[in-house]
Amino acid sequence: MLALKTYRHPVYPYVKPAELGGAQHHWPVIVAGAGPVGLVAAIDLAHRGIDVLVLDEDDTVSVGSRAICWSKRTLEILDRLGCGERLVQKGVGWNVGRVFLRDEPVYQFDLLPEDGHRRPAFINLQQYYVEQFLVERASELPDAELRWRHKVVGVTAQSDRVVVRVATQDGEYTLHCDWLIAADGSRSAIRTMLGLESEGQVFRDRFLIVDIHMRSDFPAERRFWFDPPFHRNQSALLHRQADNVWRVDFQLGWDADPEEEKKPERILPRLKAMLGDETQFDIEWASVYTFQCRRMPSFRHGRALFVGDAAHLVSPFGARGANGGIQDVDNLVWKLELVLKQLAPPTLLDSYDTERTLAADENILNSTRSTDFITPKSKTSRAFRDAVLMLAKRHPFARRLVNSGRLSVPATLSGSALNTVDSASFASRVQPGTPAVDAPVAGTGGAWLLDYLGEGFTLLIFAAQLPDSILQELEALAKQSIPCRTVVVGAPGAGSRGGVTRIADSSGSLAERYDGRPGTLYLFRPDQHVCARWRALDLLAVRTAIARAAGQHLH
Amino acid sequence: MLNVEPNIVSPDEFYEELIELHRGLSDEQSALVNAKLILLLANHIGDMDVLRAAMAAAREGQDASSTSTAASS
Repeated sequence: MLALKTYRHPVYPYVKPAELGGAQHHWPVIVAGAGPVGLVAAIDLAHRGIDVLVLDEDDTVSVGSRAICWSKRTLEILDRLGCGERLVQKGVGWNVGRVFLRDEPVYQFDLLPEDGHRRPAFINLQQYYVEQFLVERASELPDAELRWRHKVVGVTAQSDRVVVRVATQDGEYTLHCDWLIAADGSRSAIRTMLGLESEGQVFRDRFLIVDIHMRSDFPAERRFWFDPPFHRNQSALLHRQADNVWRVDFQLGWDADPEEEKKPERILPRLKAMLGDETQFDIEWASVYTFQCRRMPSFRHGRALFVGDAAHLVSPFGARGANGGIQDVDNLVWKLELVLKQLAPPTLLDSYDTERTLAADENILNSTRSTDFITPKSKTSRAFRDAVLMLAKRHPFARRLVNSGRLSVPATLSGSALNTVDSASFASRVQPGTPAVDAPVAGTGGAWLLDYLGEGFTLLIFAAQLPDSILQELEALAKQSIPCRTVVVGAPGAGSRGGVTRIADSSGSLAERYDGRPGTLYLFRPDQHVCARWRALDLLAVRTAIARAAGQHLH
Repeated sequence: MLNVEPNIVSPDEFYEELIELHRGLSDEQSALVNAKLILLLANHIGDMDVLRAAMAAAREGQDASSTSTAASS
C-alpha cells in the first residue's frame, strides 16, 4: 500500500534511546503522536525555545492522502512557524466551490471574495506531504526531538508531573514531563489509559475515497454533486491535489460492504462512469470510511492536554478536522509557554479547554448539519433535502440552504474570559476573539500584516505621529516580563527599534478592515487573536488587558 | 408573533386548492411538494421567531414514536 506512483514514503530511523542506557532527562513537554497536529505543537514549542519530545509508534508519514484541505488560518499559523510557504508552493490553491444537482450547477460559493490576503481560502495537499514538511521543519529546530517507533504504553498523571512509559524494540523505559500533549488521534490510547471518553454519534453512511493520478484540465475548485448521472441517488465530491492526483469521494450508503467496495474491480466502473471511458487514470489509494462527530467533555485533564482528533472528531465535510486541530495547538502552546515560565497560572490552561471546546462544538455543529443534509436520516428529511435542491435551480433563497459542507473558518472566541470588553464602538468584523484579518502593508518585516503579529503579544496602533514620551513607554512595554511589541501604522519612516515597528497601510485596506481611524489600537494575543481594542492609547489599560489575556485574574 | 387568528379571506377556497395541488400525485411526490411549499412559505415569512412558533405549534400533541437512526456511541 505504501507504493504510490507519485510519492515515496520516507522512513525515519529508529534510534535506541539514551534512557535505556540509564540516562535521565526531564522534559517540559512531551507530545504523543507525530500527525499534523502533534508536529505543529512540537514546532511551535521548539520555536519558542521549549524542549519538546515527540513520540510516535510508526516510522513514516500518513499512508493515505487523508486530510487534504488546509485552510487559510492553518496556512497563516504555519507561516508564523516558518513552513507555510512550502505547503503553498506544493499545494493547489482554491477559493471556489461548486454544487451540482444531477448534471446541473445549482450553487456556488467563493470562500475568499476579496483581494489583499496573502493566503487563499484553501490549498489542497496530501497529508503525507504536510507531515513530511512538518517533520523537516521540526528537524531544523534544536529544541525538538522526534523519536520514531517509540510507543506510549502507559501514562500516569501526577500532581506535579506526568510519567510516560514507552515501548521500543529494545525494551521499555520511563520518561517524566511537566505537560503531556496527547495528539494520538481519534482512537487515542492515552485517552483510554487515563480512563477518559469521547462522546457523540456515529452516522450510518459509508463513503469511498479514491485518489487517482490523471492529467486533466478540470479547474482547481471543489465540486460536489447530489445525485449525479454517474452515481445515481448518492453524492460525489472531487478535489484536485498536488502531483496531478485527484480525490474522488463517493457516497455508498450504510449497506455497502467496505471490503468489497475497496476492490479495484468495484472502483474502476465507478470512476469510468464519472470520468468517461477515454480518460486515462491510475488509482493511487482507496479507503472506505464511516464518520463520527464526538468530543471529550474536557480537553484538559490536569497535566494531560488533548488536541486534534484525540479531543474531538468531525465528519470530513467542511475540512474541520485537521484545521481545527492545528488551531487547538495555536491556542494551547503560547499559554503553555507562559505557564512553564511561571508568567501565568496553570489555570490559564483551562482557557484552552473553554475556548477550544467551544470551537469544537462549532465545528461539530456545522459538520453535523452538513451530514444531515448529505445523508438524510429519514424519508421526510430526504424529501426536504430534495426539495431544497429542486428549488435551488430556480430560486435564490434555496441556494443558501444547500449544504455540501460549510468549510472551516477559525473560531471566534467572543465570550472568552481572556478578552477585554469593548469600551467604544467599532465598525469592523475584527473584534475581541477573532483572529487577525490579513491586509497588505509596506515595511521592512514583510508585505502582510500577519508578518508583524504573533509569537508574543502585539499592540497595533493607527497613528500618524507618536510623541517620544509615548514611544519610550511602548519600548518599556516590550521589555516587561510578558513582552508586548508595538506596530505603528501610518507614522513616517520604516523599520524597527526597541520593540516598536513602523509599517504603512499601502492599499488602505488595513484601516478599512480594522476601522482604523487615527488613535485606534488593537491588542493581539500570541496566537494572533484580538483580545482588546481601544480608540485612544491608555498604557495602563493595555497592561491590564495583557495581564487579563495571560489569565492573571484566573487564580 | 405567529398569527393564529383567521387570516385567509376564503378558507374553503384555500383548502380546496391545497388538496387540489396534490391531485394525481403519489404519496412520495406529495411529500416533496409539501416540503417545497413549507420551504417557500418559510422563506417568505423569514422571521425566525415566527417560524419557531409555527414549528412548535405544528409539533404539539405529536410524541416521538421512533428513535433516530444515528447510533449513539
